[in-house]
Formats: sequence, structure tokens, C-alpha cells
Amino acid sequence: MEYEAVIGLEIHAQLLTDSKAFCSCSTRFGAQPNMNTCPICQGMPGTLPVFNRKALEFTIKMALACNCRINEFSRFARKNYYYPDLPKNYQISQYELPISEHGWVMVETESGQRKIGITRIHMEEDAGKLVHDEFKPVSYVDLNRTGVPLIEIVSEPDMRSPEEAASYLKTLHSVLVYLRICDGNMEEGSFRCDANVSLRPVGTTALGTKTELKNMNSFRNVQRGLQYEIERHTDVLRDGGRIVQETRLFDPVTGSTVSMRSKEQAHDYRYFPDPDLLPLHVPEEWVDQIRQTLPELPAEKKERFISEFGIPSYDAGVLTASRELAEYFEEVVKSFNNPKSVSNWIMTEFMRALKADEKSFSQIFVKPSQLASLLQMIEEGKISGKIAKTVFDDMWATGEDPAKIVQEKGLMQVSDTSELENIILQILKDNPNEVSKYLSGKTQVMGFFVGQAMKASKGKANPGMLNKLLAEQLSKLSQG
Amino acid sequence: MSDLFSKSAHELMSLLRQGKTSSVEITQSVLDRIKEVEPDVRAFVSLDEEAALESARRADSLLASGASSPLTGIPIAIKDNMCFKGRRTTCGSKILENFKPPYNATVVEKLEREGMVILGSANMDEFAMGSSTETSHWGPTRNPWGLDLTPGGSSGGSAASVAACETTVSLGSDTGGSIRLPASYCGVSGMKPTYGSVSRFGLVAYASSLDQIGPFARDVNDIALLLNLICGHDPMDSTSAPVNHPDFTAFLNTSVGGMTIGAPSQFLEKIENRDVENVLADAKRVFEDLGVKFIELSLPHLDYGIAAYYVIAPCEASSNLARYDGVKYGFRAPDVEGMIDMYCKSRAAGFGQEVKRRIMLGTYALSSGYYDAYYLKAAKIRTLITEDFKKAFESCDAILCPTAPAPAFRIGEKIDDPMQMYLTDVFTIPVNMAGLPGISIPGGLSSEGLPIGIQLIASHFKESKLIQLSSAFQNCAKRHLARPSLKVN
Amino acid sequence: MKITPEQVDYVAVLGRLHLTQEEKAKYLSQLDDILKYMDTLAEVDTENVPPMASPVELFNPLRDDVVKPSLPIEAALSNAPSIEGTSFKVPKIID
Ligand SMILES: [Mg+2]
Ligand SMILES: [Zn+2]
Repeated sequence: MEYEAVIGLEIHAQLLTDSKAFCSCSTRFGAQPNMNTCPICQGMPGTLPVFNRKALEFTIKMALACNCRINEFSRFARKNYYYPDLPKNYQISQYELPISEHGWVMVETESGQRKIGITRIHMEEDAGKLVHDEFKPVSYVDLNRTGVPLIEIVSEPDMRSPEEAASYLKTLHSVLVYLRICDGNMEEGSFRCDANVSLRPVGTTALGTKTELKNMNSFRNVQRGLQYEIERHTDVLRDGGRIVQETRLFDPVTGSTVSMRSKEQAHDYRYFPDPDLLPLHVPEEWVDQIRQTLPELPAEKKERFISEFGIPSYDAGVLTASRELAEYFEEVVKSFNNPKSVSNWIMTEFMRALKADEKSFSQIFVKPSQLASLLQMIEEGKISGKIAKTVFDDMWATGEDPAKIVQEKGLMQVSDTSELENIILQILKDNPNEVSKYLSGKTQVMGFFVGQAMKASKGKANPGMLNKLLAEQLSKLSQG
Repeated sequence: MSDLFSKSAHELMSLLRQGKTSSVEITQSVLDRIKEVEPDVRAFVSLDEEAALESARRADSLLASGASSPLTGIPIAIKDNMCFKGRRTTCGSKILENFKPPYNATVVEKLEREGMVILGSANMDEFAMGSSTETSHWGPTRNPWGLDLTPGGSSGGSAASVAACETTVSLGSDTGGSIRLPASYCGVSGMKPTYGSVSRFGLVAYASSLDQIGPFARDVNDIALLLNLICGHDPMDSTSAPVNHPDFTAFLNTSVGGMTIGAPSQFLEKIENRDVENVLADAKRVFEDLGVKFIELSLPHLDYGIAAYYVIAPCEASSNLARYDGVKYGFRAPDVEGMIDMYCKSRAAGFGQEVKRRIMLGTYALSSGYYDAYYLKAAKIRTLITEDFKKAFESCDAILCPTAPAPAFRIGEKIDDPMQMYLTDVFTIPVNMAGLPGISIPGGLSSEGLPIGIQLIASHFKESKLIQLSSAFQNCAKRHLARPSLKVN
Repeated sequence: MKITPEQVDYVAVLGRLHLTQEEKAKYLSQLDDILKYMDTLAEVDTENVPPMASPVELFNPLRDDVVKPSLPIEAALSNAPSIEGTSFKVPKIID
């Protein structure tokens, strides 16, 4: 039987507020465990939560960006379970009446764009960190992260392949980063994803038994984990077996998933309204105000890049996948108005360097205006494209202006006719065999002369002028 | 002056202002009294004489400098569930036997800023769960009116210490009657303000939507003074009300002629004790003499108050008390195998029977498959009870009823019958369910000479009406002057 | 509703309470009494009645996103039963 995968994702994204969700401790992680804790986030007896306005605003922003309906009234609920990284042994979350529901996003897939439904986006608090001792049967609890605001984004089970799931994930990731409400760092856990996956015979609509996948801390691992799990389900079902509803952990080393069965009892979270917090009221006017502050989102930006700069859809897609890359591109174009050439440079040299160094944008030395002057110098024929690459490497390493690098290293393109003529004459003189070959009609040796001349000029010869002068000299010889 | 310990706060205030005594002298008098009677009453969990005298000295210099506030220099006891920075705050439980909060409850902060002299923490039922102060890890407090009797609970230590003149005033907390019941049993005045009037920040939670801090005193004048101090909006408590509270002392000694009191039939039907009936009838006559009009009322859903309360309170408690797990603070059981074992054994050994019973009850009522039948149903009935009261207050200024079905019961009498214990709160619980203010003031004595309280209930944020009516009753009937004859060894 | 011994076991696990056999038996009968009393709630018609989670009829206040100092580390750990470095130390979860 042919099966089809049904995938839903649950994303947790840490919000970039300065202070925690329900207390005024800093969200910046101290070097030392428990440095950023207070009686409230430690869950000490008698303490009470007071909600952070910015965390609510950020949640609304994301909800609007995902076309969700903002509930005018929502409320906090307690999710009760015991774990040492959860100091109150309940998490302040939302259950009935989340902040927003019923949204969707458009996702690029192999078969074109698909609309993926979003069930809900709600706000909750993060847990702390548990570090297990390698040798002794003990663990260490660090509550610095406890109480950092999170949004949980629950999708409809609308995805049909690991690729689609990864594409959805990347889309939401870039929206969060565009909104500047999450730093999107997956390795550090500020953007996390759990997946629900089930299989059903192609052509049927009822959902099969699902398993939940955890611990996939990169886009690639989400795809790998889902791929493994789909294959596992397929094998079990083809053998006439039954899928057990359970939570499974992805192991990035083996690429497989393992059951998380433990002595931990069945989950019975006993949700109920948190009596320490009152219902949230988000009036329409406030939502409208927040809507006004929404920045241009990736999809809109891509469309604009295509129409405004006339660059191909592919380029626009690459450039707008990252907010910072897109902004960089636009800055460069402001000073050097040849978008296609800027896009080419950014997509090749610039992104290669970025990847190789694993740098973040804030660490980059090359200013957009500097990249623009480099491109300007190429266009004006001051340096060749090839030389430009070495100049760029210097700029990347030092942050120096391209003009200065070219000047100091004497890389300026040689366009001086007499100097080039001297070089050419010398080469023709040194290579009589090649000259006679040329004169006998083997014009392909032209390339050899150009190469030699370039070498002699240390790559600085203006290629156009070189070709022109060389042709002139050779024709003189043939006539002569 | 040798009898400073027995004076009320407003009397002491005027003596202090006239320079006829000092806070140190008052505090010393109270500490001496404690030495004398505490072995019998056992109202305190923690006492710090040195710290108290130190506060008194600070208060005296404030008074001398003229920078004092109304209650500067007056001794007060706080219930052992109010976080007192750096001082042991146990909530009557073994699980917090060594807990010293690194912060002050908002009310404690207010007392300190006022320059009051905090004597120490008063005994209570463990986590405020109980109506007798017998469930305390530190042993029961005794009723100054009869040492074999309970002082009521859960704020038994706060009530008994005021009744025994071991402090001038005190603070308690009331979730289902925990201020008013012990006030009634101990013959003192005690008020549970409107939910949201007094900050709960730093009050160790039992049932968050019902808990409220309130004052105990030997007369209503002192209740008004304390309300002035403790009421007010607190940004640290999201459920704290952003309202302007009036000067409650302005409602003392004013006329109540023309006011209306409602007497709900559902309350009256429940009175089985002859002494309680007599005290209530007597109180009605007093009010009528003062020109108050009585009307009959119906609160149709009142009968479901206890059942709904004993769903909601344990549900909230089961979640509030989950944090006591031996990880960050509090008792941790030795010899455990792994994390879950540590949780289960620490909690089993750290909590007493009543607390465990309510955790079991609340966990059950919230668990999958039972939520709708218990928690949700109770929360809906809570709406109906609240609506009943709102409707009632359209036609009256206050409701009058007994505080408790009977005078104080004996220690040990109900401890093994939880249902009987729960029923002692039949008159007080509906007030918490609706978040209303309620006061218990001494209404008279039983045939056996035990105090019986009367309860007045007003609509939200109308504590002033309770002060006005109680003050008028007190001035006229003088029932509050009766004192226990503590036999001192 | 009638509570069963299995439910008492289950609830004790959910509430992380290690109960002795005697305690379980006692709670079984006491909870049964209490729940019988609770069953009177079923008499009330609550169709279309909204549940009440708090007596406060206001909306939740919001705090500005401003950082205030956390506890000094000594105070943050002062009540801990067991620490190592500045971490709370706990037994490992046994699978
Ligand atoms: Mg979540
Ligand atoms: Zn904090």
C-alpha cells in the first residue's frame, strides 16, 4: 500500500524582550548558573507573576504576520507537570482562549506555493536548564532561562513531506527574524521545533496514529528526523504492525529516533485558568496600532525586489531569505545602482565569505558603501573582476576601503596605452614561434599573448584595451 | 504603666503622641505578657524579642523626630504565611521549617515602613488548610477562653495572640473563613477585606483566587487603622485592585440610622445552635435600636458554597503546592533513588495529613476526565453565588449572619472527620467565593461563657460600610470588652 | 462519583506523594465521603453560566519591559537543600 505522511509542527520561539515574561530579571544569560533569578522566577512561596507588555506585543506581531485572528479576550492557564527545571512545577501557558488562532502562511515547495494552516499562537514561559553530570547520578539546575517569554506556534497537520516541513520551518524562522522578535538561533535553543507525524493510505482522510519527535536542533535535522520516522512508520505498517503513540527523541549522530518511554507517568497536565493572572484584553485599536508597525515581511520584500530592482525571482528569494542579507543588498544598491551586479556579488563572493567565517552580520567589517565602491571600481574599469575578488578578501579581513587597498597594493588596472604597448611589444619579441603561428593563420594563439600580457602586468592590464592593442600590433606585423 | 499590653492600638497611639509611654515600654510589656501566657496559648511559631525591641527603639526615634505614621511603634504579629525577609516563614509546615525568604511580602514592607513593631509569626493550620490551627507542624494553638478548645483556624495564632493580649493587633489571611472563624472563637474582631484590596504578594498561596490578608484587633477602631495601612493597589500583584480606598477611620462613630441590613433565609435556616441564634437575635435588636432596617433576602445558591469551595480551593492548592519539591528550598527527604523518588518522599514527609488530603482532592478534580464535573462545574456555581450576592446588595447595605455555626470546639474533636471540619465554614465560605468583604465582631457569649461572633458582609470594596455598622454596634453593645480569664501558671 | 483504589494510586503519582497503604485506605474513604458531598453540585443547572476563575472583574495589568536587578547569588541559593557551584543539585531522573 502507498502511504502519505501527515506532518504538523509545534514551534517554540524565545521572544527578544529585555526582561522575563513575569518578572523583571534580565533575559540575557549570565555566564554563571542562577545569576539572573529572583524570588518570582525561582517560584518562591508567595510570589506572583506580572505580565510583560512587550511579550504580548511581540506575540500579536507574529500572529498578525501569520494571518491569525487575535482574540480580544484570552487567558493564561497553568500546565501542571513536575520537572526540576520548572520551579513552580507548573508552566504559565495558555490553553482555552489563546492570544490568537486560525492563521496561515504560504510556503515554497517543490510543487509550488502551498498554504499551511496555523492552529494557534500562544504565549508561555520557558523552563530552565538541566545539566546531567557525566559521572555521578546527579543533575544541576540553572534557572537563568526560566521565565523567558516564548511563543508557541502550532501548525495544522498540513505538511506532506520532510521537505515541506523544513520549508515551513524556514518561512516561520525568517518571519520571526524579520519581525525582530526572536534571534532565531536554533543551536542555542531560541528557536525550537517538535514534530507530529503520522501516515495514512494515499487517498484516505482519517489520521493515523502519530508520534511526536523532539530534539531536532537544525533545519537539516528536522528533515532527517522526519525522514527516518516516516520510513519507520512505513516499515511497521507494511509489516502489519501498529504505531504506538509516543514521544521519540531524534539522535543526530545516528540519524534515528528512539522512544522516550520512562517511568514518567502518562501526561495529565491538569490545565486550569491561572488565578494569579486576569484575562488579557487586546482591543481592536491596539491590534491596528501594532499592525501599523509591522515591517515588510519576506514574501512582500521578495516581490518588491523583483519589481523594483528587476532581479530574477531566484535572486530575490535568496536575498530575502534573511532579513539582514536583504537589508545589506538594499544598502549597497543605494550607493551603486546596478542591482543585478550587486545581487551577483552578494550571492557569490559575499555569501561564500559569510559562510566560511560563520560570521553574523553584526561582525562583518565590510560596509555596504564599501562594497558599492568596489563594484563601482569594476564598472569604471579601474580594476578587473578578478582583482576585485582579492580586494574583497582584503576588505573582508580588514574592513579597509577598496580604493585604499587598490592604491597601496598597486592593483589599479593598467589602461595606459604606452605602457601596455611596451608590454605587448616585448612579448611579441620574446615569442617569435607563436608570432609566426599566428601569422600562418592559427589565430587561437591570441589567447596565449593575452595570458602572457596579463601575467606581465600582474593581472592589472585592462583586458579590453589589451585585446585592442594586441590586435593592432599583430595586424601591423601581418601587413609588415 | 503595667497594662500597656492590654490596650488597643488607638489608645497606645495617643499615649505615644502625648509622650506618656514609649514603643520600647509597650513592646516590653507585650513581651512580658507573652512570657507569661505563651506556654499556655502557643500562638507563635517564631518570636524575635531582640529584633522587636530594636524596631521599637527605631519607632521611638521616629516618634521623637516627628516623622512617625499613625501606627508607628505599635506591636503586631503576622501570620506565619507572610514572607518576612531573612526570618523564618514556615506556613505551619515541616516542608518550610527552615525557609527564610529573601524578600518581604508587600504587607510586611508596609508594616516596616509604618514603623510598626513586628513581634514574630503567628501559628496557623498548615498552609492555611484547616479551621482549628491543629494541622500546624508546630502543634495546636489553644483558645485563650479555654485551653482545651481550638482558637479556630486557620489564622488561630493571629486571633489567639490578640485575644490573649500577646500583641496589640495582628494580621491573618482568610481563604474560606480563616480570619473570621478564629475571630469569632477567640472573641476579637477580624476582617477579610474585598479580594484585591490587600496585596497578596508575599502571602504564601493556598488558593489564589480566594486568599486575602486582613486584620485582627480587639476593637473595630483598630481594624479601621490597620485597613488604612494595608489596603491599596500593588503593581506586584496582578489581582490587586487599582481603587482608591477611603480613610476607614472616618466611618467610625457615625450614625447608621436608615441603613438596611439583609437577613438571607438560607443562612438563618442553618442556625442550629441556640446560643448562636440568641446572639444573632440580640444583634438584630441592637441594630434596630440604632435605626437600621432589616429585610429578608434569598441567596438561592448559597447551599452549594461549601461543595464548590472544596473543589476550587483544593484544585488551586494542588497546583500552588507543587513547587515544594525539595529542589530550590524547603525540606528534602534523605535517601532517595532518583528525582521522582525525591519528589514523592520529600512531599510525603514534608506535608501533613490535611494538606496531602487536599492535594489529592484537587489533583483528582483537575485530572483528565473529571475537570468538567468538578472544577468547571464549581467555577460556574461560583458565578451563580456571586450573582446572588450582587442582587442582594441592590436592596441592602450589608448582610448579617453568624460567623460560625457554634462556639469553639474542642481540640481533637473534628480532626479525624474532615467533612465535619469543612462544615464549620458554612457561613464564611460564600463570602470568599464572591470575593466580598466580611467582618466578624464579638456578638456576645454562649451559656458556657464562650465568645460568639456575628458576621457582616458588604458588597465589593464597601469595607467602609462594615466599619460603620460594626463601630455602631460595638459602641452600643460593648460586647468586645469581654476578655478571657486566662489562668496563668 | 465513586473513587477507586486505582484512582487514588494514580492521583498520588500525579501529585508526587509517596503514600503508605494505610494512608491510601484512609484517603480512599475520606475522598469518597467528600466527593459524595460534591455530587450535590450536579443538581444545579449551569447551562449557559460562564465559569468564574477569579472574583476580580478587571483585565490583566501589563508591566513595562524593564530589567531590574536579580537576587544576589548568595540570596538566590540561600534556601537550597543542595548546591554545587551556583547550581541547584538534584538526583538524576532515572529512566
Ligand atoms: Mg508549549
Ligand atoms: Zn526573576
